[in-house]
Amino acid sequence: MNEPGTQELRVDWTVCAGNGLCTELLPELLERDPWGYPLARHGAGAGGGVIVPAGLEGYARRAVAACPRLALHLDPVQPRRS
Amino acid sequence: MSAAGLVDALWYLGRGTGVMTLLLLTIVVTLGIATRSGQPLPGLPRFAVAAVHRSVSLLAVSLLAVHVGSMLLDPYAQLKLVDLVVPFVGTYRPMWLGLGTLASDLLLALVVTSLLRHRLGARTWRAVHWSAYAAWPVAFLHGLGTGSDSGQRWLQVLAGGCLVAVAGAVTWRFLPRGPATRDGLAAVGPGPRR
Amino acid sequence: MTRRSGGPLTAAFAPDLAAHEHRSGPLPWQGGRGRLLPAVEASGLTGRGGAGFPTWRKLTAVASGSRPVVVANGAEGEPASAKDLTLLTHAPHLVLDGLQLAAEAVGSDRAYVYAKAGPGADAVRRVVAERVTRGWDRYPVEIIATPDTFLAGEESAIVARLEGRPARPRHRRRLIVEAGVRGRPTLVQNVETLAHLALIARYGAAWFRRLGTPAEPGTFLGTVSGACATPGVVEAPLGLPVGELVGLADGPTGPLAAILVGGYHGAWLPADPGCRIPMSREALASWGASPGAGVVIALPAGTCGLDATARIAGYLAEQSARQCGPCLNGLPAIAATLRRLADGTPDPELVARLDRLVALVDGRGACRHPDGTSRLIRSAMRTFAGDVAAHLHGSCLEAA
Repeated sequence: MNEPGTQELRVDWTVCAGNGLCTELLPELLERDPWGYPLARHGAGAGGGVIVPAGLEGYARRAVAACPRLALHLDPVQPRRS
Repeated sequence: MSAAGLVDALWYLGRGTGVMTLLLLTIVVTLGIATRSGQPLPGLPRFAVAAVHRSVSLLAVSLLAVHVGSMLLDPYAQLKLVDLVVPFVGTYRPMWLGLGTLASDLLLALVVTSLLRHRLGARTWRAVHWSAYAAWPVAFLHGLGTGSDSGQRWLQVLAGGCLVAVAGAVTWRFLPRGPATRDGLAAVGPGPRR
Repeated sequence: MTRRSGGPLTAAFAPDLAAHEHRSGPLPWQGGRGRLLPAVEASGLTGRGGAGFPTWRKLTAVASGSRPVVVANGAEGEPASAKDLTLLTHAPHLVLDGLQLAAEAVGSDRAYVYAKAGPGADAVRRVVAERVTRGWDRYPVEIIATPDTFLAGEESAIVARLEGRPARPRHRRRLIVEAGVRGRPTLVQNVETLAHLALIARYGAAWFRRLGTPAEPGTFLGTVSGACATPGVVEAPLGLPVGELVGLADGPTGPLAAILVGGYHGAWLPADPGCRIPMSREALASWGASPGAGVVIALPAGTCGLDATARIAGYLAEQSARQCGPCLNGLPAIAATLRRLADGTPDPELVARLDRLVALVDGRGACRHPDGTSRLIRSAMRTFAGDVAAHLHGSCLEAA
């Protein structure tokens, strides 16, 4: 679980409704903000998302599949949008 | 078992699974509304509410398959294969049977699009999923119309219970809700967009 | 709101195509895709829309894709900016030359001008017809009118609008230079950047680098407003001290309390030493600021900076696209909390609450609107720290 992650979990904020399933399924990385939206527990990565450690990748994929709004995406780490 | 006994068994199986399917669909609708609301239920965190909603809907489809299958085999029901997909062309009580066909067509669309939703995209999936609000009443009416137990007390109580559950859940879902407050911070601005 | 001050862009202003040709010569077609890129790279031109991204890198990225699209961004959503409107009404041919050259450079056959409905868009519409008749343009130009909102000029909002949807920011899984309008590589350049491009193509990279600094070459158009004698659009070399920029607008009308650099998503500098800080990314970075789109607002002494910031925060909250939860909820909360602070509410929790809200919205949205708002508020809390302390005790350092 200490291997650097190659995948980044990003939220499509325009569709996220703060249902909170992802924060239940990935509590190591996500918590809820006062309005219910997912918040990176350890700070966001350069791409605006959360770098997923290799050991948590399976759980991250489950969270992506569970999101009722399809608001989560797991993509390879990319540099900050220009 | 005699041939007549077998036919009777099929009839009872068909009716039984029909009632069970309606009951399960009632649970599916109420859990679906709970999922959308983002609220946990006693003993069930949000992801579990969503997971149970999904599991029960798959169970409902399985029971529906048994219900339809036993009706196909039962000569009394006079069900033809075409009646499985095309509504209102049946022989026995075509109007009420047709509602059943319609409901099962809708249910199939709901389940298939949900299994493929990551590929279809949120917009398409959501558009089809709205038909759930049509599928349940259609199934309900089919159950009351085709079922030969409609006059029975136990079915009336069961059907009434299902109606109350769905009506209550749907009313709650469409009621306007004020902004949620957490830590008092949200009290300053507009509430969460739901 | 126009002012002629020195600079190559201003010198190239022309009332019509004939005057433009007389002043700047014909459109310098480069002879094919990619031919312009070395000159752009050598010039060191960076985007003048606010982000300051190296133009040659954007052009190169788009040129390497297939069926690209080029867009001249004249939306100018920033209320305190007027430079894009000035360019579109006084130098539309320069901008359109740049658009044609950019289209040639990336191999595009589709060019758009994206501007607010009004005098700017009208001016472009008039001259495009003339350029086609005179055989000046090779690539057809379509003018798309946009609503007058703060976020209309955001890149993904532009892409959405060009696809026929409302001009609101969208989540991007891929960079717009790779996949923009209908999945095609899309070049979005501010109109001023294209104007500079049109001049670099004529006079060369070395000419462009005469002015400005070695790291940040060239001139820029700034909009100076607030407590200055002649508010308006000025042209200046990058690296010019902020105070001298205000001087180009005929100087401050009196002693200044602070200067807002970079517009509503920018940062407050205290008047001293703010006026001496060069207008460059490098110099302003240590102040948490950047030149942005060249907007400079002078705050006179005797005006409360917290009150001014609270009003801007209210505007920014109102301009949210209301798509993203943290922005939709956080910005009005920030505006309301800052308003209470500016009104002198003696609540010691206000500062901590504001810090928390600002941290909560930063980086959590489909676009940079919450980020920019956070930057503005943080700079206000820093620069007006004395006022903050005074306000919590019911008084104000500036206003009577």
